Amino acid sequence: MRLTCPHCGERDLREFTYGGAALTRPEGDWSPIWDEYVHLRENPAGRSREFWQHGAGCSAWLVVERDTVTHDIHAVTEAGA
Amino acid sequence: MRFGALRILKEGLTGNRGWGPHWRDPEPKPAYDIVIIGGGGHGLATAFYLAREHGLTNVAVLEKGYIGGGNVGRNTTIVRANYFLPGNSEFYSHSLKLWERMESDLNYNVMHSQRGIINLFHSDGQRDAIVRRGNAMINQGDDAILLDREALRKKLPYLNFDSGRFPIHGGLYHPRGGTARHDAVAWGFARGASDRGVDIIQNCEVTGIDTEAGRVTGVQTTRGAIRARKVAIVTAGRSGQVASLAGLRLPIESHVLQAFVTEGLKPVIDNVVTFGMGHFYISQSDKGGLVFGGDLDFYPSYAQRGNLPTVEHVMEAGMTLMPMIGRARVLRSWGGIMDMTPDGSPIIDKAPVEGLYLDCGWCYGGFKAVPGSGFALAHLLATDRPHDSAAGFRLDRFETGRGLMDEEGKGAQHNLH
Ligand SMILES: Cc1cc2nc3c(=O)[nH]c(=O)nc-3n(C[C@H](O)[C@H](O)[C@H](O)COP(=O)(O)OP(=O)(O)OC[C@H]3O[C@@H](n4cnc5c(N)ncnc54)[C@H](O)[C@@H]3O)c2cc1C
Ligand SMILES: [Zn+2]
Repeated sequence: MRLTCPHCGERDLREFTYGGAALTRPEGDWSPIWDEYVHLRENPAGRSREFWQHGAGCSAWLVVERDTVTHDIHAVTEAGA
Repeated sequence: MRFGALRILKEGLTGNRGWGPHWRDPEPKPAYDIVIIGGGGHGLATAFYLAREHGLTNVAVLEKGYIGGGNVGRNTTIVRANYFLPGNSEFYSHSLKLWERMESDLNYNVMHSQRGIINLFHSDGQRDAIVRRGNAMINQGDDAILLDREALRKKLPYLNFDSGRFPIHGGLYHPRGGTARHDAVAWGFARGASDRGVDIIQNCEVTGIDTEAGRVTGVQTTRGAIRARKVAIVTAGRSGQVASLAGLRLPIESHVLQAFVTEGLKPVIDNVVTFGMGHFYISQSDKGGLVFGGDLDFYPSYAQRGNLPTVEHVMEAGMTLMPMIGRARVLRSWGGIMDMTPDGSPIIDKAPVEGLYLDCGWCYGGFKAVPGSGFALAHLLATDRPHDSAAGFRLDRFETGRGLMDEEGKGAQHNLH
Protein backbone atom coordinates (compact mmCIF):
# COMPACT_ATOMS: atom_id res chain seq x y z
CA MET A 1 0.00 0.00 0.00
CA ARG A 2 1.39 3.43 -0.99
CA LEU A 3 -0.29 6.79 -0.48
CA THR A 4 -0.06 9.80 -2.77
CA CYS A 5 0.21 12.92 -0.63
CA PRO A 6 -1.23 15.98 -2.46
CA HIS A 7 1.92 17.92 -1.44
CA CYS A 8 4.69 15.33 -1.63
CA GLY A 9 3.56 12.80 -4.24
CA GLU A 10 3.54 9.01 -3.96
CA ARG A 11 5.28 7.87 -0.78
CA ASP A 12 6.01 4.77 1.27
CA LEU A 13 3.41 3.63 3.78
CA ARG A 14 5.98 3.98 6.60
CA GLU A 15 5.71 7.78 6.33
CA PHE A 16 2.01 7.82 7.22
CA THR A 17 -0.02 7.15 10.35
CA TYR A 18 -3.66 6.14 10.34
CA GLY A 19 -5.72 8.60 12.37
CA GLY A 20 -9.19 7.08 12.55
CA ALA A 21 -12.42 7.21 10.57
CA ALA A 22 -13.00 10.61 8.93
CA LEU A 23 -15.95 11.71 11.04
CA THR A 24 -17.22 15.21 11.77
CA ARG A 25 -16.70 16.27 15.35
CA PRO A 26 -20.00 17.09 17.07
CA GLU A 27 -20.61 20.41 18.84
CA GLY A 28 -21.78 21.19 22.34
CA ASP A 29 -21.97 19.26 25.60
CA TRP A 30 -22.17 15.54 25.98
CA SER A 31 -25.04 13.84 24.19
CA PRO A 32 -25.39 10.38 22.64
CA ILE A 33 -23.93 11.89 19.48
CA TRP A 34 -20.59 12.10 21.27
CA ASP A 35 -20.72 8.40 22.13
CA GLU A 36 -21.34 7.67 18.47
CA TYR A 37 -18.49 9.93 17.41
CA VAL A 38 -15.96 8.53 19.87
CA HIS A 39 -16.94 4.85 19.88
CA LEU A 40 -19.40 3.58 17.26
CA ARG A 41 -18.10 2.76 13.80
CA GLU A 42 -19.49 1.85 10.39
CA ASN A 43 -16.37 -0.28 10.08
CA PRO A 44 -17.03 -0.78 6.36
CA ALA A 45 -15.75 -3.78 4.39
CA GLY A 46 -15.10 -1.87 1.18
CA ARG A 47 -14.79 1.87 0.59
CA SER A 48 -13.85 3.81 3.68
CA ARG A 49 -13.03 7.50 4.44
CA GLU A 50 -10.16 7.85 6.84
CA PHE A 51 -7.78 10.38 8.33
CA TRP A 52 -4.08 9.75 7.82
CA GLN A 53 -1.18 12.02 8.73
CA HIS A 54 1.92 12.37 6.58
CA GLY A 55 4.10 12.52 9.69
CA ALA A 56 7.43 11.71 8.08
CA GLY A 57 6.75 14.13 5.23
CA CYS A 58 4.90 17.43 5.20
CA SER A 59 2.93 16.63 8.43
CA ALA A 60 -0.39 17.39 6.71
CA TRP A 61 -3.55 15.63 7.82
CA LEU A 62 -5.16 13.90 4.87
CA VAL A 63 -8.52 12.37 4.05
CA VAL A 64 -7.93 9.06 2.29
CA GLU A 65 -10.58 7.08 0.45
CA ARG A 66 -9.42 3.52 0.66
CA ASP A 67 -10.88 0.06 0.10
CA THR A 68 -10.46 -2.01 3.27
CA VAL A 69 -10.85 -5.29 1.36
CA THR A 70 -8.43 -4.70 -1.53
CA HIS A 71 -6.25 -1.94 0.01
CA ASP A 72 -6.79 0.13 -3.19
CA ILE A 73 -6.43 3.88 -2.65
CA HIS A 74 -9.10 5.88 -4.50
CA ALA A 75 -8.43 9.46 -3.45
CA VAL A 76 -6.23 11.49 -1.11
CA THR A 77 -7.06 15.09 -0.28
CA GLU A 78 -5.97 17.50 2.40
CA ALA A 79 -8.22 17.42 5.47
CA GLY A 80 -10.07 20.65 6.09
CA ALA A 81 -9.39 21.82 2.52
CA MET B 1 -16.50 -42.59 18.90
CA ARG B 2 -14.16 -42.17 21.86
CA PHE B 3 -10.46 -41.60 21.53
CA GLY B 4 -8.20 -43.67 23.73
CA ALA B 5 -4.77 -45.27 23.71
CA LEU B 6 -6.06 -48.74 22.76
CA ARG B 7 -8.16 -47.40 19.91
CA ILE B 8 -5.22 -45.43 18.53
CA LEU B 9 -3.01 -48.52 18.73
CA LYS B 10 -5.62 -50.65 16.95
CA GLU B 11 -6.17 -48.05 14.21
CA GLY B 12 -2.43 -47.63 13.82
CA LEU B 13 -2.07 -51.36 13.18
CA THR B 14 -5.00 -51.54 10.76
CA GLY B 15 -4.19 -48.63 8.47
CA ASN B 16 -6.33 -45.99 10.27
CA ARG B 17 -9.39 -47.09 8.29
CA GLY B 18 -11.80 -47.04 11.22
CA TRP B 19 -11.96 -43.29 11.87
CA GLY B 20 -15.12 -41.46 10.82
CA PRO B 21 -15.99 -37.79 10.55
CA HIS B 22 -15.73 -36.01 13.90
CA TRP B 23 -19.04 -34.23 13.68
CA ARG B 24 -22.35 -34.65 11.84
CA ASP B 25 -23.12 -32.61 8.71
CA PRO B 26 -26.88 -32.02 9.04
CA GLU B 27 -29.26 -30.01 6.87
CA PRO B 28 -30.48 -26.90 8.71
CA LYS B 29 -33.83 -27.36 10.48
CA PRO B 30 -36.52 -24.68 10.00
CA ALA B 31 -36.24 -23.53 13.62
CA TYR B 32 -33.99 -23.70 16.70
CA ASP B 33 -34.14 -22.36 20.24
CA ILE B 34 -30.75 -20.74 19.78
CA VAL B 35 -28.79 -19.88 16.64
CA ILE B 36 -25.10 -19.04 16.97
CA ILE B 37 -23.70 -17.07 14.02
CA GLY B 38 -20.03 -17.93 13.50
CA GLY B 39 -18.33 -21.32 13.84
CA GLY B 40 -15.00 -20.10 15.21
CA GLY B 41 -13.59 -21.11 18.56
CA HIS B 42 -15.99 -18.91 20.49
CA GLY B 43 -19.17 -19.99 18.68
CA LEU B 44 -18.31 -23.69 18.95
CA ALA B 45 -17.33 -23.46 22.62
CA THR B 46 -20.60 -21.64 23.32
CA ALA B 47 -22.55 -24.47 21.69
CA PHE B 48 -20.61 -27.08 23.65
CA TYR B 49 -21.21 -25.40 27.02
CA LEU B 50 -24.88 -24.71 26.20
CA ALA B 51 -25.32 -28.45 25.77
CA ARG B 52 -23.09 -29.60 28.59
CA GLU B 53 -23.76 -27.01 31.32
CA HIS B 54 -27.36 -26.12 30.53
CA GLY B 55 -28.77 -29.13 28.67
CA LEU B 56 -29.75 -26.89 25.71
CA THR B 57 -29.25 -28.84 22.50
CA ASN B 58 -31.86 -27.42 20.11
CA VAL B 59 -29.04 -25.19 18.92
CA ALA B 60 -27.36 -24.52 15.56
CA VAL B 61 -23.96 -23.03 14.79
CA LEU B 62 -24.04 -21.36 11.36
CA GLU B 63 -20.63 -20.94 9.71
CA LYS B 64 -20.24 -19.17 6.39
CA GLY B 65 -17.05 -21.05 5.49
CA TYR B 66 -15.61 -24.17 7.08
CA ILE B 67 -14.83 -24.99 10.70
CA GLY B 68 -11.33 -23.74 11.53
CA GLY B 69 -11.12 -21.31 8.59
CA GLY B 70 -11.37 -18.12 10.64
CA ASN B 71 -9.06 -16.69 13.26
CA VAL B 72 -9.31 -19.83 15.34
CA GLY B 73 -7.07 -21.42 12.71
CA ARG B 74 -4.93 -18.35 12.02
CA ASN B 75 -3.60 -17.37 15.42
CA THR B 76 -0.27 -18.00 17.11
CA THR B 77 -1.94 -20.12 19.82
CA ILE B 78 -0.69 -18.44 22.98
CA VAL B 79 -2.74 -19.30 26.05
CA ARG B 80 -2.11 -17.35 29.27
CA ALA B 81 -3.62 -15.70 32.32
CA ASN B 82 -1.22 -12.86 33.00
CA TYR B 83 -3.59 -9.89 32.93
CA PHE B 84 -3.15 -7.05 35.35
CA LEU B 85 -6.45 -5.33 36.09
CA PRO B 86 -9.75 -6.67 37.45
CA GLY B 87 -12.39 -7.24 34.79
CA ASN B 88 -10.03 -9.08 32.49
CA SER B 89 -7.85 -10.87 35.04
CA GLU B 90 -10.60 -12.98 36.62
CA PHE B 91 -11.99 -13.85 33.21
CA TYR B 92 -8.68 -15.12 31.81
CA SER B 93 -7.93 -16.87 35.08
CA HIS B 94 -11.20 -18.80 34.72
CA SER B 95 -10.53 -19.46 31.06
CA LEU B 96 -7.10 -20.95 31.81
CA LYS B 97 -8.69 -23.32 34.35
CA LEU B 98 -11.08 -24.47 31.62
CA TRP B 99 -8.09 -24.98 29.30
CA GLU B 100 -6.46 -27.19 31.90
CA ARG B 101 -9.38 -29.63 31.77
CA MET B 102 -10.32 -29.15 28.11
CA GLU B 103 -8.69 -32.32 26.80
CA SER B 104 -10.51 -34.55 29.27
CA ASP B 105 -13.75 -32.55 28.95
CA LEU B 106 -13.66 -33.01 25.17
CA ASN B 107 -11.87 -36.38 24.99
CA TYR B 108 -9.72 -34.67 22.35
CA ASN B 109 -6.00 -34.02 22.08
CA VAL B 110 -5.65 -30.26 21.56
CA MET B 111 -1.92 -30.44 22.31
CA HIS B 112 -2.24 -27.92 25.12
CA SER B 113 1.34 -27.40 26.20
CA GLN B 114 1.99 -25.40 29.38
CA ARG B 115 5.54 -24.62 28.44
CA GLY B 116 5.58 -21.27 30.21
CA ILE B 117 5.61 -17.69 28.96
CA ILE B 118 8.40 -15.25 29.70
CA ASN B 119 7.81 -11.51 29.28
CA LEU B 120 11.19 -9.77 29.16
CA PHE B 121 11.97 -6.39 30.70
CA HIS B 122 14.71 -4.00 29.71
CA SER B 123 14.71 -1.07 32.15
CA ASP B 124 14.12 -0.29 35.83
CA GLY B 125 10.71 1.17 35.03
CA GLN B 126 9.66 -1.94 33.16
CA ARG B 127 10.93 -4.07 36.04
CA ASP B 128 8.69 -2.20 38.51
CA ALA B 129 5.69 -2.61 36.23
CA ILE B 130 6.41 -6.31 35.77
CA VAL B 131 6.75 -6.88 39.52
CA ARG B 132 3.39 -5.21 40.03
CA ARG B 133 1.81 -7.30 37.31
CA GLY B 134 3.30 -10.47 38.81
CA ASN B 135 1.87 -9.61 42.22
CA ALA B 136 -1.55 -8.97 40.67
CA MET B 137 -1.40 -12.37 38.98
CA ILE B 138 -0.47 -14.10 42.24
CA ASN B 139 -3.31 -12.28 44.05
CA GLN B 140 -5.65 -13.51 41.33
CA GLY B 141 -4.55 -17.06 42.19
CA ASP B 142 -2.38 -17.61 39.14
CA ASP B 143 1.35 -18.12 38.92
CA ALA B 144 4.16 -15.64 38.31
CA ILE B 145 7.89 -15.87 39.01
CA LEU B 146 10.35 -13.00 38.65
CA LEU B 147 13.53 -14.11 36.88
CA ASP B 148 16.67 -12.04 37.24
CA ARG B 149 19.28 -11.77 34.54
CA GLU B 150 21.30 -14.76 35.69
CA ALA B 151 18.30 -17.06 36.01
CA LEU B 152 17.14 -15.92 32.59
CA ARG B 153 20.59 -16.56 31.05
CA LYS B 154 20.33 -20.17 32.16
CA LYS B 155 16.84 -20.56 30.75
CA LEU B 156 17.15 -18.62 27.50
CA PRO B 157 20.86 -18.60 26.65
CA TYR B 158 20.18 -17.61 23.05
CA LEU B 159 18.98 -14.07 23.81
CA ASN B 160 21.14 -11.05 23.02
CA PHE B 161 21.65 -10.01 26.67
CA ASP B 162 24.28 -7.39 26.02
CA SER B 163 22.56 -5.34 23.36
CA GLY B 164 23.66 -1.77 24.10
CA ARG B 165 20.31 -0.33 23.21
CA PHE B 166 17.92 -2.90 24.70
CA PRO B 167 19.80 -4.71 27.51
CA ILE B 168 17.78 -7.56 29.03
CA HIS B 169 17.40 -7.18 32.80
CA GLY B 170 15.10 -10.13 33.49
CA GLY B 171 11.68 -11.58 32.81
CA LEU B 172 8.33 -12.47 34.31
CA TYR B 173 7.81 -16.21 34.07
CA HIS B 174 4.22 -17.54 33.92
CA PRO B 175 4.71 -21.33 33.99
CA ARG B 176 1.05 -22.23 33.33
CA GLY B 177 1.03 -20.22 30.12
CA GLY B 178 1.78 -21.95 26.84
CA THR B 179 0.37 -22.95 23.47
CA ALA B 180 -2.14 -25.36 21.90
CA ARG B 181 -2.97 -26.83 18.51
CA HIS B 182 -5.46 -24.23 17.34
CA ASP B 183 -7.55 -26.15 14.81
CA ALA B 184 -7.79 -29.11 17.18
CA VAL B 185 -9.51 -26.76 19.62
CA ALA B 186 -12.13 -25.93 16.98
CA TRP B 187 -12.53 -29.58 15.96
CA GLY B 188 -12.75 -30.76 19.56
CA PHE B 189 -15.49 -28.29 20.49
CA ALA B 190 -17.32 -28.99 17.22
CA ARG B 191 -17.29 -32.71 17.93
CA GLY B 192 -18.27 -32.24 21.58
CA ALA B 193 -21.22 -30.02 20.62
CA SER B 194 -22.32 -32.21 17.70
CA ASP B 195 -22.24 -35.39 19.83
CA ARG B 196 -24.57 -33.70 22.29
CA GLY B 197 -27.09 -32.82 19.58
CA VAL B 198 -26.04 -29.36 18.34
CA ASP B 199 -26.23 -28.91 14.55
CA ILE B 200 -23.03 -27.54 13.05
CA ILE B 201 -23.85 -26.14 9.63
CA GLN B 202 -20.98 -25.11 7.38
CA ASN B 203 -21.15 -23.12 4.13
CA CYS B 204 -24.10 -21.24 5.59
CA GLU B 205 -23.67 -17.46 5.60
CA VAL B 206 -26.09 -15.34 7.58
CA THR B 207 -27.33 -12.57 5.28
CA GLY B 208 -30.11 -11.08 7.39
CA ILE B 209 -31.34 -10.92 10.97
CA ASP B 210 -35.14 -10.93 11.26
CA THR B 211 -36.88 -8.90 13.94
CA GLU B 212 -40.52 -8.27 14.79
CA ALA B 213 -41.55 -5.48 17.14
CA GLY B 214 -37.98 -5.12 18.42
CA ARG B 215 -37.53 -8.87 19.00
CA VAL B 216 -35.35 -11.31 17.11
CA THR B 217 -37.30 -14.00 15.27
CA GLY B 218 -34.62 -15.67 13.19
CA VAL B 219 -32.01 -15.28 10.46
CA GLN B 220 -31.82 -15.34 6.68
CA THR B 221 -29.01 -17.48 5.31
CA THR B 222 -27.58 -18.71 2.03
CA ARG B 223 -29.26 -22.02 2.90
CA GLY B 224 -32.68 -20.52 3.62
CA ALA B 225 -34.48 -18.84 6.50
CA ILE B 226 -34.05 -20.25 10.01
CA ARG B 227 -36.26 -19.20 12.90
CA ALA B 228 -34.81 -18.81 16.38
CA ARG B 229 -35.83 -17.49 19.78
CA LYS B 230 -32.32 -16.29 20.51
CA VAL B 231 -29.49 -15.35 18.16
CA ALA B 232 -25.86 -14.79 19.16
CA ILE B 233 -23.38 -12.91 16.95
CA VAL B 234 -19.98 -14.56 17.44
CA THR B 235 -18.20 -13.53 14.26
CA ALA B 236 -14.90 -11.99 15.45
CA GLY B 237 -13.53 -9.62 12.76
CA ARG B 238 -16.89 -9.59 10.93
CA SER B 239 -18.88 -8.52 14.01
CA GLY B 240 -19.52 -5.03 12.64
CA GLN B 241 -21.02 -6.31 9.38
CA VAL B 242 -23.17 -8.95 11.01
CA ALA B 243 -24.45 -6.56 13.70
CA SER B 244 -25.38 -4.08 10.97
CA LEU B 245 -27.84 -6.71 9.67
CA ALA B 246 -29.81 -5.93 12.83
CA GLY B 247 -29.36 -2.19 12.37
CA LEU B 248 -26.65 -1.89 15.04
CA ARG B 249 -23.34 -0.09 15.05
CA LEU B 250 -20.68 -1.49 17.39
CA PRO B 251 -17.71 0.12 19.12
CA ILE B 252 -15.43 -1.97 16.90
CA GLU B 253 -12.93 -1.35 14.14
CA SER B 254 -11.53 -4.35 12.22
CA HIS B 255 -7.75 -4.41 11.86
CA VAL B 256 -5.27 -6.87 10.38
CA LEU B 257 -2.73 -8.80 12.46
CA GLN B 258 0.05 -10.77 10.77
CA ALA B 259 1.97 -13.87 11.80
CA PHE B 260 4.95 -15.81 10.44
CA VAL B 261 6.37 -19.32 10.53
CA THR B 262 9.80 -20.62 9.57
CA GLU B 263 10.92 -23.99 8.22
CA GLY B 264 10.94 -26.79 10.80
CA LEU B 265 14.00 -26.80 13.07
CA LYS B 266 15.21 -28.99 15.92
CA PRO B 267 13.91 -27.89 19.35
CA VAL B 268 15.52 -24.59 20.23
CA ILE B 269 12.88 -22.33 21.82
CA ASP B 270 11.29 -24.13 24.76
CA ASN B 271 8.89 -21.44 25.98
CA VAL B 272 6.90 -18.51 24.67
CA VAL B 273 9.09 -15.39 24.80
CA THR B 274 7.99 -11.77 24.37
CA PHE B 275 10.23 -8.75 23.74
CA GLY B 276 9.61 -5.73 25.96
CA MET B 277 11.04 -3.07 23.66
CA GLY B 278 9.48 -3.89 20.29
CA HIS B 279 6.54 -5.81 18.95
CA PHE B 280 7.75 -9.39 18.85
CA TYR B 281 6.80 -12.71 20.42
CA ILE B 282 7.84 -16.25 19.52
CA SER B 283 7.34 -19.92 20.24
CA GLN B 284 8.23 -23.15 18.46
CA SER B 285 5.52 -25.46 17.18
CA ASP B 286 5.66 -29.21 17.71
CA LYS B 287 6.50 -29.57 14.01
CA GLY B 288 9.57 -27.41 14.67
CA GLY B 289 8.55 -24.17 12.94
CA LEU B 290 9.31 -20.95 14.76
CA VAL B 291 5.95 -19.18 15.07
CA PHE B 292 6.17 -15.45 15.66
CA GLY B 293 4.39 -12.16 15.26
CA GLY B 294 4.14 -8.61 16.44
CA ASP B 295 1.56 -5.87 16.46
CA LEU B 296 -1.29 -4.81 14.21
CA ASP B 297 -0.67 -3.10 10.89
CA PHE B 298 -2.63 -0.19 12.45
CA TYR B 299 -5.18 0.56 9.76
CA PRO B 300 -8.61 -1.02 9.23
CA SER B 301 -8.55 -4.01 6.92
CA TYR B 302 -10.55 -7.04 5.88
CA ALA B 303 -7.87 -8.29 3.51
CA GLN B 304 -6.44 -11.11 5.67
CA ARG B 305 -3.01 -9.96 4.59
CA GLY B 306 -0.84 -7.09 5.76
CA ASN B 307 1.85 -4.84 4.38
CA LEU B 308 5.64 -4.91 4.43
CA PRO B 309 6.40 -2.21 7.06
CA THR B 310 4.97 -4.45 9.78
CA VAL B 311 6.85 -7.47 8.40
CA GLU B 312 10.03 -5.45 8.58
CA HIS B 313 9.35 -4.27 12.13
CA VAL B 314 8.69 -7.79 13.38
CA MET B 315 11.83 -9.19 11.70
CA GLU B 316 13.97 -6.34 13.06
CA ALA B 317 12.67 -6.82 16.59
CA GLY B 318 13.29 -10.58 16.34
CA MET B 319 16.84 -10.08 15.11
CA THR B 320 17.51 -7.60 17.91
CA LEU B 321 16.29 -9.99 20.57
CA MET B 322 17.69 -13.31 19.30
CA PRO B 323 20.11 -12.85 16.38
CA MET B 324 20.25 -16.63 15.82
CA ILE B 325 16.86 -16.62 14.10
CA GLY B 326 18.41 -14.79 11.16
CA ARG B 327 19.58 -18.22 9.98
CA ALA B 328 16.03 -19.61 9.74
CA ARG B 329 13.99 -19.22 6.56
CA VAL B 330 10.48 -17.86 6.79
CA LEU B 331 8.10 -20.24 5.02
CA ARG B 332 4.78 -18.49 5.30
CA SER B 333 3.09 -15.36 6.58
CA TRP B 334 -0.59 -14.56 6.81
CA GLY B 335 -3.06 -12.18 8.39
CA GLY B 336 -6.30 -12.35 10.31
CA ILE B 337 -9.00 -9.76 10.96
CA MET B 338 -9.19 -8.51 14.54
CA ASP B 339 -12.29 -6.98 16.13
CA MET B 340 -10.65 -4.09 18.03
CA THR B 341 -12.62 -2.24 20.71
CA PRO B 342 -11.65 1.19 22.07
CA ASP B 343 -10.39 -0.26 25.36
CA GLY B 344 -8.88 -3.42 23.89
CA SER B 345 -11.26 -5.61 25.88
CA PRO B 346 -14.16 -7.82 24.80
CA ILE B 347 -17.94 -7.57 24.90
CA ILE B 348 -20.21 -10.42 26.06
CA ASP B 349 -23.62 -8.88 26.51
CA LYS B 350 -27.19 -8.59 25.33
CA ALA B 351 -27.60 -6.37 22.29
CA PRO B 352 -30.18 -3.55 22.32
CA VAL B 353 -32.50 -5.85 20.33
CA GLU B 354 -34.49 -8.35 22.44
CA GLY B 355 -33.19 -11.90 21.94
CA LEU B 356 -29.95 -10.80 20.28
CA TYR B 357 -26.60 -11.41 22.01
CA LEU B 358 -23.06 -10.22 21.28
CA ASP B 359 -19.74 -11.93 21.83
CA CYS B 360 -17.06 -9.83 20.14
CA GLY B 361 -14.18 -7.43 20.60
CA TRP B 362 -11.58 -10.16 21.25
CA CYS B 363 -8.90 -8.07 19.59
CA TYR B 364 -5.66 -10.03 19.18
CA GLY B 365 -6.10 -12.15 22.30
CA GLY B 366 -9.20 -14.21 21.80
CA PHE B 367 -7.73 -17.67 21.33
CA LYS B 368 -6.91 -18.13 25.00
CA ALA B 369 -10.44 -16.86 25.70
CA VAL B 370 -12.16 -19.62 23.71
CA PRO B 371 -13.36 -21.79 26.62
CA GLY B 372 -13.95 -18.86 29.00
CA SER B 373 -15.97 -16.95 26.43
CA GLY B 374 -18.00 -20.01 25.39
CA PHE B 375 -18.74 -20.74 29.04
CA ALA B 376 -19.80 -17.16 29.80
CA LEU B 377 -21.89 -16.66 26.66
CA ALA B 378 -23.64 -20.01 27.19
CA HIS B 379 -24.47 -18.86 30.71
CA LEU B 380 -25.83 -15.54 29.44
CA LEU B 381 -27.90 -17.23 26.70
CA ALA B 382 -29.32 -19.83 29.08
CA THR B 383 -30.04 -17.65 32.11
CA ASP B 384 -30.12 -14.08 30.75
CA ARG B 385 -27.65 -13.12 33.47
CA PRO B 386 -23.93 -12.51 32.90
CA HIS B 387 -21.53 -15.08 34.29
CA ASP B 388 -19.44 -13.72 37.19
CA SER B 389 -16.20 -14.15 35.28
CA ALA B 390 -17.43 -11.90 32.44
CA ALA B 391 -19.65 -9.43 34.27
CA GLY B 392 -17.39 -6.55 33.25
CA PHE B 393 -17.67 -7.16 29.50
CA ARG B 394 -20.63 -4.83 29.10
CA LEU B 395 -21.58 -3.11 25.89
CA ASP B 396 -22.65 0.12 27.63
CA ARG B 397 -19.28 0.75 29.30
CA PHE B 398 -18.21 2.97 26.40
CA GLU B 399 -21.31 5.12 26.46
CA THR B 400 -21.37 5.56 30.24
CA GLY B 401 -17.63 5.49 30.88
CA ARG B 402 -18.29 3.19 33.84
CA GLY B 403 -16.24 0.01 33.93
CA LEU B 404 -13.95 0.76 31.02
CA MET B 405 -11.12 -1.72 31.06
CA ASP B 406 -8.10 0.46 30.81
CA GLU B 407 -5.21 -2.00 30.44
CA GLU B 408 -2.69 0.56 29.36
CA GLY B 409 -3.83 3.67 31.19
CA LYS B 410 -4.57 5.57 27.99
CA GLY B 411 -8.33 6.02 28.07
CA ALA B 412 -10.90 4.69 25.63
CA GLN B 413 -10.50 5.65 22.02
CA HIS B 414 -10.23 3.80 18.76
CA ASN B 415 -6.86 3.34 17.17
CA LEU B 416 -4.93 2.98 20.43
CA HIS B 417 -4.19 -0.71 20.15
C1 LIG C 1 -2.18 -13.66 13.39
C2 LIG C 1 -3.00 -13.82 14.63
C3 LIG C 1 -2.39 -14.20 15.82
C4 LIG C 1 -3.14 -14.36 16.98
N1 LIG C 1 -2.52 -14.81 18.11
C5 LIG C 1 -3.23 -15.06 19.23
C6 LIG C 1 -2.59 -15.65 20.36
O1 LIG C 1 -1.38 -15.98 20.32
N2 LIG C 1 -3.33 -15.86 21.48
C7 LIG C 1 -4.64 -15.51 21.54
O2 LIG C 1 -5.24 -15.69 22.59
N3 LIG C 1 -5.29 -14.97 20.47
C8 LIG C 1 -4.62 -14.75 19.31
N4 LIG C 1 -5.25 -14.23 18.20
C9 LIG C 1 -6.67 -13.84 18.31
C10 LIG C 1 -7.66 -14.98 18.13
O3 LIG C 1 -7.30 -15.77 17.04
C11 LIG C 1 -9.08 -14.41 17.92
O4 LIG C 1 -9.36 -13.42 18.88
C12 LIG C 1 -10.15 -15.50 18.05
O5 LIG C 1 -9.81 -16.64 17.31
C13 LIG C 1 -11.48 -14.93 17.57
O6 LIG C 1 -12.56 -15.77 17.89
P1 LIG C 1 -13.08 -16.98 16.97
O7 LIG C 1 -12.13 -18.14 17.11
O8 LIG C 1 -14.46 -17.26 17.34
O9 LIG C 1 -12.96 -16.32 15.52
P2 LIG C 1 -13.10 -16.95 14.07
O10 LIG C 1 -12.43 -18.27 13.97
O11 LIG C 1 -12.69 -15.89 13.12
O12 LIG C 1 -14.66 -17.21 13.99
C14 LIG C 1 -15.63 -16.32 13.47
C15 LIG C 1 -16.37 -17.06 12.40
O13 LIG C 1 -17.51 -16.32 12.01
C16 LIG C 1 -17.74 -16.63 10.66
N5 LIG C 1 -18.65 -15.64 10.07
C17 LIG C 1 -18.40 -14.33 9.81
N6 LIG C 1 -19.48 -13.75 9.24
C18 LIG C 1 -20.43 -14.71 9.16
C19 LIG C 1 -21.78 -14.72 8.65
N7 LIG C 1 -22.34 -13.62 8.12
N8 LIG C 1 -22.47 -15.89 8.72
C20 LIG C 1 -21.91 -17.01 9.24
N9 LIG C 1 -20.64 -17.05 9.73
C21 LIG C 1 -19.92 -15.91 9.68
C22 LIG C 1 -16.36 -16.61 10.04
O14 LIG C 1 -16.33 -17.32 8.81
C23 LIG C 1 -15.53 -17.28 11.14
O15 LIG C 1 -15.33 -18.65 10.93
C24 LIG C 1 -4.54 -14.08 17.00
C25 LIG C 1 -5.15 -13.71 15.80
C26 LIG C 1 -4.41 -13.59 14.62
C27 LIG C 1 -5.09 -13.23 13.34
ZN1 LIG D 1 3.05 15.16 2.43
